[in-house]
Amino acid sequence: MKKIVVIGNGMVGYKFCEKLAAHPKRQEFDITVFGEEPKPAYDRVHLSEYFAGKTADQLLLAGSEWYEEHRIQLHTSELISGIDRKKKQVTTYKGKTYTYDYLILATGSTPFVPPVSGVEKKGVFVYRTLEDLDAIKDYAVRIKREGKTNAAVLGGGLLGLEAAKAVKDLGLKAHVVEFAPRLMPRQLDDKAADMLKTEMEDLGIRVHLNKRTENILGEDRMTGMQFAEEEILHSDMLIISAGIRPRDELARNCGLETGERGGIVVDNRMLTNDPSIYAIGEAALYNNGIYGLVAPGYDMAAVTVEQITGGNKVMAESIDMSTKLKLIGVEVASFGDPFIENDEVVAVTYENKFSRIYKRINVTRDGKKLLGGILVGDASEYNNLFQVYLNGLPLPENPEDLILGSRGEGSASALGNVLDLPDTAQVCSCESVSKGAICNAVTEQGCASVGDVINCTKAATGCGGCKPMVADLVKETLKSQGIEAKEVICEHFDYSRQELYDLIRVNGITTYNEALDTLGKGGGCEECKPALASLFASIYNETANKQVTIQDSNDRFLANIQRNGSYSVVPRVPGGEITAQKLIALGKVARKYDLYTKITGGQRIDLFGAQLNQLPHIWKDLIDHGFESGHAYGKALRTVKSCVGSTWCRYGMHESVSFAICIEDRYKGIRSPHKLKGGVSGCIRECAEARSKDFGIIAVEGGWNLYICGNGGANPKHAILFAEQLDDETCIKYLDRFLMFYIKTAAPLTRTAKWLDDLEGGIDYLKQVVIEDSLGIAESLEKEMQQLVDSYECEWKQAINDPEMRKRFSHFVNSDDTDDNMVFVPMRDQKMPRPW
Amino acid sequence: MQQLLEQYRKTAPDEVKSWVRVGSIHDFPADGGACIKHGTRQIAVFNFARRMEWYACQNLCPHKLEMVLSRGMTGEVNNEPKVACPLHKKTFSLRTGDNLNGDDLKIATYPVKIEQENVYIGFSD
Repeated sequence: MKKIVVIGNGMVGYKFCEKLAAHPKRQEFDITVFGEEPKPAYDRVHLSEYFAGKTADQLLLAGSEWYEEHRIQLHTSELISGIDRKKKQVTTYKGKTYTYDYLILATGSTPFVPPVSGVEKKGVFVYRTLEDLDAIKDYAVRIKREGKTNAAVLGGGLLGLEAAKAVKDLGLKAHVVEFAPRLMPRQLDDKAADMLKTEMEDLGIRVHLNKRTENILGEDRMTGMQFAEEEILHSDMLIISAGIRPRDELARNCGLETGERGGIVVDNRMLTNDPSIYAIGEAALYNNGIYGLVAPGYDMAAVTVEQITGGNKVMAESIDMSTKLKLIGVEVASFGDPFIENDEVVAVTYENKFSRIYKRINVTRDGKKLLGGILVGDASEYNNLFQVYLNGLPLPENPEDLILGSRGEGSASALGNVLDLPDTAQVCSCESVSKGAICNAVTEQGCASVGDVINCTKAATGCGGCKPMVADLVKETLKSQGIEAKEVICEHFDYSRQELYDLIRVNGITTYNEALDTLGKGGGCEECKPALASLFASIYNETANKQVTIQDSNDRFLANIQRNGSYSVVPRVPGGEITAQKLIALGKVARKYDLYTKITGGQRIDLFGAQLNQLPHIWKDLIDHGFESGHAYGKALRTVKSCVGSTWCRYGMHESVSFAICIEDRYKGIRSPHKLKGGVSGCIRECAEARSKDFGIIAVEGGWNLYICGNGGANPKHAILFAEQLDDETCIKYLDRFLMFYIKTAAPLTRTAKWLDDLEGGIDYLKQVVIEDSLGIAESLEKEMQQLVDSYECEWKQAINDPEMRKRFSHFVNSDDTDDNMVFVPMRDQKMPRPW
Repeated sequence: MQQLLEQYRKTAPDEVKSWVRVGSIHDFPADGGACIKHGTRQIAVFNFARRMEWYACQNLCPHKLEMVLSRGMTGEVNNEPKVACPLHKKTFSLRTGDNLNGDDLKIATYPVKIEQENVYIGFSD
């Protein structure tokens, strides 16, 4: 058995262990790892989350039990003090020796501290380890107690800005001091850096550019920084983040070749000039460069594992330093050569100072090749651009489409078809999975779904950013094989929602278990359970009380779970019309149970902060006062919003309130693929905002205009005019048919707008089906809807009247206690959950 | 916050020092979960009736530290029993406690045994 010693237990040292542990030849090696920090390897990339509430343990890449499980001897808090290359052994600072066949130097780097006078003063820190962060935290508390609030960060690079955010999280005023004339000088150009600076300053972080620090002021403790020309910044703490220096002292002392400015020289096998010693990560000098990103370090670890196990994988010639990150809520990305400027290159830029977006791409003058670029404020195109850049893909006719999007009608994405990517294109960079490997999983290995491909290739199992592209590739590959990727519900049912609707109906299936036994396989999951619950509700108008464990969390407890695990209660207030008596009743209930009250966006009153066990009591009171469930928790009709119409308004044309109440009462409790909202406006002034709803009704001369398939939400969409000048009866008839058709055919969790988008033939086809009855199903749609309407029952009334059903609302099975973990804090004379 | 999490330690069957009766099998809905209290700990107990298996884990969501996992929906992926947190639908393996959505938040799991319709949870203390 060969002995491997790894010096360094940082992210790259860990990655080496992980890759080797998973290697088929794992058994041939005995692995010992030395880390000088007390904890096993942790995620340094997300270090600043330590200030935002993450614990040290949450940052661990793997706990010590992982090393035990994989029989890797991990020595933490153990510094290696020397390497004897002749004897092939390392010595710890305690004088113990360990021999090796292969030595892996993953010693990383130390923060570079510029030789400014006064850096040794108290209050000056670097930002590298958990211990550094603890020290910064303690010192921050101390100076805050003394009423001092200024803290500076030296260095406006990636890490410096992270540190500034950390300082801000600690409740101090953050200053970023940068020597260069702009932030992130190595990744961003002037305009991008300007945009970022504005964002930082909006967040309360002061940015000082062009500042050369000459002196750190103060006696024993620092009190400020002195820049050139006598300028002074008062600050009681300083975090230095001015770059890194590779830790190569062990290597240098044992005679390994190192670079002039540091770093252990390696070849493309990551081998040093000693054939038994490899160097990886930030300590390694490869192609005359030190790479301070984690991705190249991981690649180096993978190459080394391959080399040691007899493979021939080598490091790529040029290392890509492209990066995308979210800095203090601002998206920033930079790829390829972001700056390149010469006669052969054109920079296309887009700048929107209003929405704080800056995009730049560098394109060859012939418009054929993308060489690099920068994105600030909106980096959503990063993945596509990066693929185009990395694989030298042809550019669209107008290269600006890449950052502006295609502006023509109906044109596809600027990237074109995903299948145009070359097979070598790396789709998942975390797990190094190429486009070829993904397509091969479908064509050769029989994978038939995205899930299969992910299991088979490990793509999308890292950061998950590539998942949309993996899904597209799988879909297109299946399509190219003549297999139309069916939208199946999940791994347990090989049917679409629409197929299941018919199968359940035709076979008279009434329970989930029966459906799983006859139509599905396995034990079910959180995807298919609520989908089937919705189908049982839509077919039999079964309330959520019958099969409680297949209901989505909110349906199971007939209330909306909120931020701290408490619930909100929304009784129905049809059309937003409510009597004084009922208003008083709501107020009394809210006071009795100390609930936070707010008028909702849908003209109802929301009562927040109820504990699970309080729900039946609250609902008992509400039902006694004549309220019924508002289904605010369900994928069901929520509200039909109305203005006051001709009842009160001097412009009102028809009675919008009465009509809204009539419609809300008609469709109350009906379950659908997604939530449904409606609106009725008494005139074209449209005070009910009915055209942002799934169905909107607007009074006009001669009747109602019916609009359908609008919605608010993340992608707002105006409803489309469907029919004009309808009388009450026809309007309801069309609504019945439209809603029932949607309920029967839409995929789970698809709002009407998206459903219409995907409907072949679009609005014209829908008009044919609903108005002209082209399919001859209008009558049955109406009948099915009428059955649902007739079988309505208030599910809260059901739940509280049945002791068995009530049982689900106690917090504990074995105790009458309530959840003592739930904390509320006061806000504006009411209460709210403690912030996360 | 940290103290809350530290109360929960994954317990393997061979580490069990005491088996605590937490109710009868009828207290737990078929193919669903409910919560029990043991000292200061809240434990979610799941009855996988279709598989005739029982699982238990901390009731504390490791992501946002709320006591909600018992209210999550149970299911399986590639035969692995799991629960989806009702807050953000992160799913956790009930065998290993691993977060099946990729990040490293784990949950502590506990052994369950059924004797004469009584449900027992195993604790190592």
